[in-house]
Amino acid sequence: MESKVLRQRATGIFSDSFLIIYFLFALFPIVWMVLISLKPTDELFTTQFIFHPTLFNYQTIIFGDPTAGAGVIAKQEFPRNFLNSLIASSGAVIVSLLVGVPAAYALARYNFKGKNNLAFTFLSFRFAPELVIIIPLSVAYRQLGLYDTYFGIIWVYQLVTLPLLIWVLRSYFEDISPDIEQAAMVDGYPWWQIFFRILLPLVRPGLAAASLLAFVFAWNNFIFPLVLGASNTQTVTVSALGYLSSAQSFFNRMAAAAVVSSVPQIVLALGIQRYLIRGLSFGAVKG
Amino acid sequence: MAVKEAPLVPFTMAADEEQVIKPPWWVRNRPYLIAAPALLVLIGILYPFLTAVYYSLTNYALNRPGSVNQFVFLRNYERMITDPEFIKGTIVTFAYAVLSTGVELTLGLVIAMLLNRESRIARVLQTTLIFPMMIAPVIGTLIWKVMMQPSVGILNPMLNAVGLPSLQWAAVPETALFSVVLVDVWMFTPFAALIMLAGLRSFPKNPFEAAQVDGASFWFTFRNLTLPMLSPFIIIVIVFRFMDSLKMFDIIFTMTEGGPGSTLMTYQLTAYRTSIQFQKLALGLPYAITLYVVVYLASQYLIKTWGKAQRRAAGFSE
Repeated sequence: MESKVLRQRATGIFSDSFLIIYFLFALFPIVWMVLISLKPTDELFTTQFIFHPTLFNYQTIIFGDPTAGAGVIAKQEFPRNFLNSLIASSGAVIVSLLVGVPAAYALARYNFKGKNNLAFTFLSFRFAPELVIIIPLSVAYRQLGLYDTYFGIIWVYQLVTLPLLIWVLRSYFEDISPDIEQAAMVDGYPWWQIFFRILLPLVRPGLAAASLLAFVFAWNNFIFPLVLGASNTQTVTVSALGYLSSAQSFFNRMAAAAVVSSVPQIVLALGIQRYLIRGLSFGAVKG
Repeated sequence: MAVKEAPLVPFTMAADEEQVIKPPWWVRNRPYLIAAPALLVLIGILYPFLTAVYYSLTNYALNRPGSVNQFVFLRNYERMITDPEFIKGTIVTFAYAVLSTGVELTLGLVIAMLLNRESRIARVLQTTLIFPMMIAPVIGTLIWKVMMQPSVGILNPMLNAVGLPSLQWAAVPETALFSVVLVDVWMFTPFAALIMLAGLRSFPKNPFEAAQVDGASFWFTFRNLTLPMLSPFIIIVIVFRFMDSLKMFDIIFTMTEGGPGSTLMTYQLTAYRTSIQFQKLALGLPYAITLYVVVYLASQYLIKTWGKAQRRAAGFSE
């Protein structure tokens, strides 16, 4: 009996230390990024954890570098990139909502020919290698004048945001009993009132989770703005590379930019924690 | 004539009746109408896909206008397969996907099982799992790139502190694949863990309690209860992680752009370099299209397996 208790305690200690080691691995890079972002350049190479913290790097990426000569990283690029990310991601989510909510409803409620094929075609965008679509788009965009425009980026972001919204919302619509709609119909409500006043409020958690998650994925996207955008629409993900590739590497500024551009996603993700699993698995896992 | 027509009368009446009952076209086609805007977007995305297939059969290069009409049939695909680098590229594409999916699945399962306890620390830790997953892959990779960097990096000092030699990480072919898989594992193990944790929490308690009463060992319970019941969730992790790592671009591009040399030139990286950087559009497309076919077939297979696993986990026999 005693040995069993002992063994259980040993297993407990072992499990706890394994968890702690894993979480150090998972969180250390993020903590370290924050530390580097607070380091003055002259301590960058000489110290590890003890240094004189400064907000100079943040000030530099937001207001420009007062000490920089010409030819160093263009000043105040970061706020513009941040704005670009914001415009492109929220634009993409709005378009996806307008287009995707009705489609999700149709896929959940009606039985029609080609229904499953349609649903899986939307899903296949999520898994398609992006370059199959954007290599030809890079030609078409130049011909149509969409290259390096917000509209062009928002359009191609539908590959990321639309399948997510349609699939997650479909699973939420399927959870609502058709009886509710039927009762409202019998009471003589027109379809649009049923949809906006009864159905939409019922799927609100799904709506919030799916659109916020779609926003995060659009924000995090890299390859679309890399190929189809340039200086006008450059997002934070594309510009982040610039801090390391120039002749002089601005590790601390890169870290500051990384911190600032990671805050929105983390705040949003914490806000939708309860629905995150369902969103991440496209409605397949109702966590 | 009149005699011949007589039997038709009830028939036409029936047809008329049907006409009256039949709802107007906008009611009959309502689901299509509701989905119409999404269908338009769909066309806007399928159209470039079809042009991609067409371009891959031509001689198209951006710097040679007119080359779009030079039809060469499958010669670009032939060039891809006969390229001496092709086998290496295939191996690294699949090695990356299999390694990262495998590690994430195993590690994620362990983490999920350890977190599947009613304790506050488990809940707090579970929340922090979100961070690596939600940071943009490019940004996450940049952090690791700086951590691996020889002058400001922290990983080598840490290795030295425990008596291990410094590594050159992604800068040398020997450890390049390891370095990018490490970043992938860091970024996406939380996804695997959270999905499987949701699975573990959805299990009914009875079978596990019964097993405990019967004195079943941990491994017995794990093999005969946990794993079969978890299999739909495991397959979901594989669907997302295997597909995404087959086409992984962000991590590899940010870390080495496919280098050193051509060590990490996966299909995606090769397609990008050839079609976009070198502007030889038609030469890069076969890689992207081949990858598309692989991903498509794998997803069909996995989704079918998922359906089966779900039925089996719910207790239906095959």
